Amino acid sequence: MNWAHTGTAILAAFLASLVEFVEALTIVLAVGTTRGWRSALTGAGAGAAFLAVLTLAFGPALQRIPITSLQLVVGILLLFFGMRWLRKAALRSAGVIGMHDESAIFAREIAALSAGVPTGVRAPHAMDRVAFLTSFKAVTLEGLEVIFIVIATGVGGQLVAAALGAVLAGVLVIGAGIALHRPLSRVPENTLKYAVGVLLSAFGVFWIGEGLRYPWPGEDLALVGLMVGFLGASLVGVALARGRFQSPPAGRIST
Amino acid sequence: MNALVSAVREVWGLFAEDASFTVAIAACLVFAWLVMPAFAVSGPWRGVILFVLLASALIENIWRTAGRRARP
Repeated sequence: MNWAHTGTAILAAFLASLVEFVEALTIVLAVGTTRGWRSALTGAGAGAAFLAVLTLAFGPALQRIPITSLQLVVGILLLFFGMRWLRKAALRSAGVIGMHDESAIFAREIAALSAGVPTGVRAPHAMDRVAFLTSFKAVTLEGLEVIFIVIATGVGGQLVAAALGAVLAGVLVIGAGIALHRPLSRVPENTLKYAVGVLLSAFGVFWIGEGLRYPWPGEDLALVGLMVGFLGASLVGVALARGRFQSPPAGRIST
Repeated sequence: MNALVSAVREVWGLFAEDASFTVAIAACLVFAWLVMPAFAVSGPWRGVILFVLLASALIENIWRTAGRRARP
């Protein structure tokens, strides 16, 4: 067993899934707080069940696809997915766009969900369609991202390790959510997204190379080089963006 | 039907956000897949060239987005 590869797969899946679980938890908490826990938890459970069926239906099919084709397809998807995260994280880091704030998202969801609830009218155990669908959608979408992350980071024979990383993240976030009953706004989500963007982009290029049969210099160690490379490139981007975003337009002297 | 369209749009949004950035990544991949073999770029350099192209696309997009959103 290659521990460098296994460890990277567990860490990448854990960090990326942690972010997704935190986002899903925020929505489910907002729904439960405003519209009732029964509908919120039923929606979340239905979303999880839908994802389980999807995994059982399509999971075995993945094993029939030739490994190089799978690496290429997953690598391409992962590259688009990871570089989108990395770009956004870099723009946030440079101050060009606002930081992701779970408390603000929670407050916004509460306001939106409260708008349609006449207080004192709703029966406490009645099924609320809006609450069910909001929870279902949040868990399904974030869960799809988790499944994709597990497949992507585990495609080189590390599927169990990647799934373990995701399960650990899920247990940690759900446990914290049950204990705290509020969004996990202290999780350094922007930093995590930056790190995960770097990891996923590096994995994406690496799998594309494997799929196209590139002989990587240093073989698996090239993955570390790609991570350092993407981190360096994004930091250059942040420095350039910060200067451009904050400097006054040419021809105008700031006083 | 609306729910399906909305779901497809959400899933698409996981991979593509900024159209020009998506096109730039796709162009890098087409270059890696079709152009590099045609010019007989030697093995180990292919991955390095692909990375450099993608890193350049990332830096350029971040820099351009910052300029677009710069305060007047």
